Amino acid sequence: MLGFTNDQIYRYSRHIILPDVGGSGQKKLLKARVLLVGAGGLGSPTAMYLAAAGVGTLGIVEFDTVDLSNLQRQLLHHTRDVGRLKIDSAADTINALNPDVTVVKHQVVLDSTNIMEIIKDYDIIVNGTDNFPTRYLVNDACVFAKKPLVDGSIFMFEGQATVFDAAHDGPCYRCLFPTPPPPGEVPSCQEAGVLGVLPGIIGSIQAIEVMKLILGKGDSLKGRLLLFDALAMEFREMQVQKDPNCPVCGEHPTIHELIDYEQFCGVPFPENPAQAALKHQERELVPA
Amino acid sequence: MSRWTPIEIHAPADLAADETFDLKGEVCPYTFVKSKLMLEMMESGQILQVIVDNDESATNVPKSLTNEGNTVLGNERINDTDWMITVQKK
Repeated sequence: MLGFTNDQIYRYSRHIILPDVGGSGQKKLLKARVLLVGAGGLGSPTAMYLAAAGVGTLGIVEFDTVDLSNLQRQLLHHTRDVGRLKIDSAADTINALNPDVTVVKHQVVLDSTNIMEIIKDYDIIVNGTDNFPTRYLVNDACVFAKKPLVDGSIFMFEGQATVFDAAHDGPCYRCLFPTPPPPGEVPSCQEAGVLGVLPGIIGSIQAIEVMKLILGKGDSLKGRLLLFDALAMEFREMQVQKDPNCPVCGEHPTIHELIDYEQFCGVPFPENPAQAALKHQERELVPA
Repeated sequence: MSRWTPIEIHAPADLAADETFDLKGEVCPYTFVKSKLMLEMMESGQILQVIVDNDESATNVPKSLTNEGNTVLGNERINDTDWMITVQKK
């Protein structure tokens, strides 16, 4: 009679009480369709909090199987799941948490031939990928499809989160980093390690940004890069401008099609994110 | 003595409620949650009467409804346990 089942009223009561959510906001969450790219370190907390929040449809793109070394940080998966498809393990965890959520399994390796078809059915895309080719592919696809992309990345003790939304005056990933670094230039998480809790922080921030976008409340991380240093226990923030010369979302784009870069693993600016951002700003100072 | 002391407010006698909602058996915060959901389905200016059967709800629900900008017109004890809260939607 109130637009919810009695169980839903109890389950989501702490949301409904919030002035900025209420019943109408909770209904938006239940109707929302969010795609998670990856069900690993970042995708785990994002998926679990969005599921708990009652986001009605969670698509998950993941082709991998659960490995024992994943369990140090990937909370969607449990010891008994080792060897199973991550997507099955993730769906079981989500369904056990909240039966209101419909999980859509995309057990594929994303590439230029399938990504547009997959993302078209979703309102928001969440990046939890661990490699550059997918990061660029997802970015470019979201620019082309005019979808907001809630981005996150982690490396050793440091992480970053931001919102890319080129369709609404925001920057995209290529505004920050126009082209991928050469393969081999950056170490992978496998080689460098990652603090298990770190994706819990960054993935949870991504989940918050997703919820704010769905609710239309607050100030998103669009145009801001949030940097987290776990060792210093410090958050910093940098402004990220939309680059008019961006190869994909700029005024005269040079990239008109999706690109399948050679597969390699790593993260974009682990050693000194501030320096990378400075480089970006310097680019902006160069007269056209 | 109960730690909850509802403040009694007498609603105008000729008030006509647009909706009434029996929330007996419900406790905090669900009495407020359900009142809030009911108000969300009503129009601005309309009047809702809810009945609660415990002092905690009779104390907290009028406060919470007021905090959200609504106008509490009445909070009346109607028998040993029950209270009738009358609220106008903002």
